[in-house]
Amino acid sequence: MKLVTAIIKPHMLDETKTALEAFGIEGMTVSEASGFGRQRGHTEVYRGAEYTVDLVPKLRLEVLVDDGDAADIVDVLVKSARTGRIGDGKVWTTSVDDVVRVRTGERGLDAL
Amino acid sequence: MTVLDVNSGDTAWILTSAALVLLMTPGLALFYGGMVRAKTVLNMMMMSFGALCLIAVTWVLFGYSIAFGNDVGGGLLGNPLEFLGLKGLMADTGSSLPSMAFVGFQAVFAIITVALISGAIADRAKFGTWMIFALIWSTLVYFPVAHWVFAFDSSDGSVVGGWVANRLKAIDFAGGTAVHINAGAAGLALALVLGKRIGWRRDPMRPHNLPLVMIGAGLLWFGWFGFNAGSALAANNSAAIVWVNTLTATGAAALGWLLTERIRDKHATSLGAASGVVAGLVAITPSCSSVSPIGAILLGGIAGVVCALAVGLKYKLGFDDSLDVVGVHLVGGLWGTIAVGFFATKGAPAGVDGLLYGGGFDQLWRQVVGAVSVMVFSFVMAYAIGFALEKTIGFRVSEETERTGIDEVEHAESAYDFGTIAGGLRAGFSGGAPSTPKSHDTTKRDQEVTA
Repeated sequence: MKLVTAIIKPHMLDETKTALEAFGIEGMTVSEASGFGRQRGHTEVYRGAEYTVDLVPKLRLEVLVDDGDAADIVDVLVKSARTGRIGDGKVWTTSVDDVVRVRTGERGLDAL
Repeated sequence: MTVLDVNSGDTAWILTSAALVLLMTPGLALFYGGMVRAKTVLNMMMMSFGALCLIAVTWVLFGYSIAFGNDVGGGLLGNPLEFLGLKGLMADTGSSLPSMAFVGFQAVFAIITVALISGAIADRAKFGTWMIFALIWSTLVYFPVAHWVFAFDSSDGSVVGGWVANRLKAIDFAGGTAVHINAGAAGLALALVLGKRIGWRRDPMRPHNLPLVMIGAGLLWFGWFGFNAGSALAANNSAAIVWVNTLTATGAAALGWLLTERIRDKHATSLGAASGVVAGLVAITPSCSSVSPIGAILLGGIAGVVCALAVGLKYKLGFDDSLDVVGVHLVGGLWGTIAVGFFATKGAPAGVDGLLYGGGFDQLWRQVVGAVSVMVFSFVMAYAIGFALEKTIGFRVSEETERTGIDEVEHAESAYDFGTIAGGLRAGFSGGAPSTPKSHDTTKRDQEVTA
């Protein structure tokens, strides 16, 4: 099993979620995150004083999937979260040893 | 003496104006509250509400008497005992405006002046000390200065008023000196006494909620029509001219501020629009009865540019006037008061020509003397009162409190619930709090799920 994690722009959530649902995922976890990449953040101006905002608001989106689906889901995420402008985010996969559904105790693929 | 009936139109307008001006202080609380960080917004708003509640009481007890009692010292002080507790003012005096309408209208001026000062000491003042400062400063500074500026001699000579209004004859229609220069100078003094916030110029101290700032500025503008047009003390032509000038100068000032930002910073910001609105309102306050609507546009437009540039002074001179009370109220108030000497025209209700209308320097020097006197008096007194409080009971919060956030430590509250991992109700709560949920409730729910 794989954990696909994506850091995306907050306003791209609806589009990404719709695309993932269309693909057929069973569940997902979304949390608020903030950070910066190579481009750093942006500058804001308040009464003439400039502030550099390095930590930009992002969303972290996580989906647990079967090994076979992981590559396709990465493609869906990359396609649906892309605006083509700087700060679109990243997607990565990590291997997952085991998963347990808390309510029933099912393990592995059954728990997805 | 001619006995007049109460003029219901005038009375209705002044009572309405008083209510409009009262709304400015909660408006100011929003304006200031949005500009501070999320961890200190409640304290910022509480300083305005605290001033409102306190001055509402002291004005009735002795403030009105100090401001509007018969003069007892060269135009500097009204008789504090004459109207102590507003005695004698409930009777119908046979004038067109009931005394109490004037008492109420002037009360709200005292309230907002004190509240304005708090913007200079955002994020770092003890609430209790702020309240004591408000009590002492209003008694020793605002009430006397209101006497200087707002207490007029009676036509029959039986009542003697303040020196700025009657001897100096400086024009301050609605309080450019008494309210804005007064509060601005006091704000500067307190910013110096309390010192800079931890991390000033290093850590970002961005406004946490600009929509609150915009709502606050809107309410200030709305209430300001009562502030200025109500100062005509009648529902008449003068009030109408003042109303239009208040609208016009304010719009021009916001445009001036935005244009300055667009050229200097490449962005016209919402905080700039809100600030420009307030700068224009401040500048037109003393001059709204002495200029034409075209004069108001020029006066306001210049105010917007000057104040936008003036807020940078704190960085150049190194004082932390957190929310720019100096840049907006002191500089805007000075400009508006002195501009009367240039832009006043005989065609306006005040009936005086300024320098640009061929009136020479006569009105100009009067304006300058009035403005500088109030500024110096307020600065020196506020510095002395603030310094004494800092050295005795302490004015500034501890470093730890400042870092944690003043809301949590001073008020035991937080403005926003940032997470759901909050603690439960503390057992043994003095108000007889309900005890923690009984365990059988949980058992019952479990049984339902497994059934």
